[in-house]
Amino acid sequence: MTRAKTVARMTGILLDEQAGLTLAEVSRACAVHAERIVELVEEGVLSPIGPEPHRWRFTGTHMRRARVAVRLQGDLGINLAGAALALQLLDEIEDLRARLRAMGGD
Amino acid sequence: MEFKDYYAVMGVARDATQAEIKRAYRQKARKYHPDVSKEKNAEARFKEVGEAYEVLKDPEKRAAYDKLGANWKSGQDFQPPPDWNSGFEFSGGGFTDGDAAGFSDFFESLYGRGNGPRRGRRESFHVPGEDRHAKVMIGLEDAYEGATRTITLEVPDVDPGGRMTMREHKLNVKIPRGIRAGQHIRLAGQGAPGHGQGKPGDLYLEVEFRPHRQYRVEQRDVYLDLPVAPWEAALGAAIKVPTPSGVIELKIPPDSAAGRRLRLKGRGIPGETPGDFYVVLQMAIPPADTESGKTFYGNMAEQFKSFNPRHELGVQP
Repeated sequence: MTRAKTVARMTGILLDEQAGLTLAEVSRACAVHAERIVELVEEGVLSPIGPEPHRWRFTGTHMRRARVAVRLQGDLGINLAGAALALQLLDEIEDLRARLRAMGGD
Repeated sequence: MEFKDYYAVMGVARDATQAEIKRAYRQKARKYHPDVSKEKNAEARFKEVGEAYEVLKDPEKRAAYDKLGANWKSGQDFQPPPDWNSGFEFSGGGFTDGDAAGFSDFFESLYGRGNGPRRGRRESFHVPGEDRHAKVMIGLEDAYEGATRTITLEVPDVDPGGRMTMREHKLNVKIPRGIRAGQHIRLAGQGAPGHGQGKPGDLYLEVEFRPHRQYRVEQRDVYLDLPVAPWEAALGAAIKVPTPSGVIELKIPPDSAAGRRLRLKGRGIPGETPGDFYVVLQMAIPPADTESGKTFYGNMAEQFKSFNPRHELGVQP
């Protein structure tokens, strides 16, 4: 911890359904080649908007899923289908947790 | 510097086979993987296990580590003995493929920095900087009104001597009105610096809501459990209700049962299609802790003799 610097107030771009990320941007954000992202789309892990790869648009949620999928593959030695299954199960757990919270549990 | 007992971290005996070590690593990695685990300190544990595996999976690093002897205890003050690694050739070897930047000082003192991403990269190459990712916690009210949040990131920095240090990087970021949990804000050029003339990477901030003590959020919709008195529910009432955008007056229709959902259209998280605000009625019963209170409940029982609260369950009172 040597120096701390404060910069002026910054306005970023909110990534939503309108302002999406391109294939190149998602690949860069995940630090992988575009082929890896294309594989995730083909496996059904990601469902970008747009007809073909160079016109795909990804949301922030897609990017997060892609990063998790890439990390799971690298860290746990599982293949693409395994990562896809893990993500699906994680979604279900998250959904159940949300319902539990809604019912006042924890 | 504290000694690290990699065998203890991995939960294996000092004479464990490579296959046992791999199996232990896989199990622990699955258990503590930050994307999967809800364990406390999952990320720290995951890093620790990764570091231990980095050493134990590599026969050469493991042999060198074993040479330190079995008498060291975790957390004990440690300095590597002089020439402890003579006869081993792992510095900069190709075996290190973990994210060495996250390893402990103890690891570094033994094995060096590993082959980080900068190794062998010459300045004449123009490589864009890496993107960075961080989470930002905001209150639900911030999504209604917009806000500015100061975010402190720890970013690696290479000093003139080539040593990597961590420094604080503060950013004031505007949180737009109408943002939802799980959305990302992208700050162009705020990622890692590029090499040569490469452009810096971007910073992605993932927004998360701090749990709220009274509201619950589902996508754009916001829920509130609202306690009402039996007479308010039975006779109808106009009552004051808190919402993230201020107190409003709400009409409770007569004969409302507990669990009834009342929708306030457009009073959820704002936006082009704003969410809705839902009020879920909960019955609050006054205590029968006085004589007159008891008499009152007694009269009520008399009055509603034919009322069976367990009608649905098919039993008589």
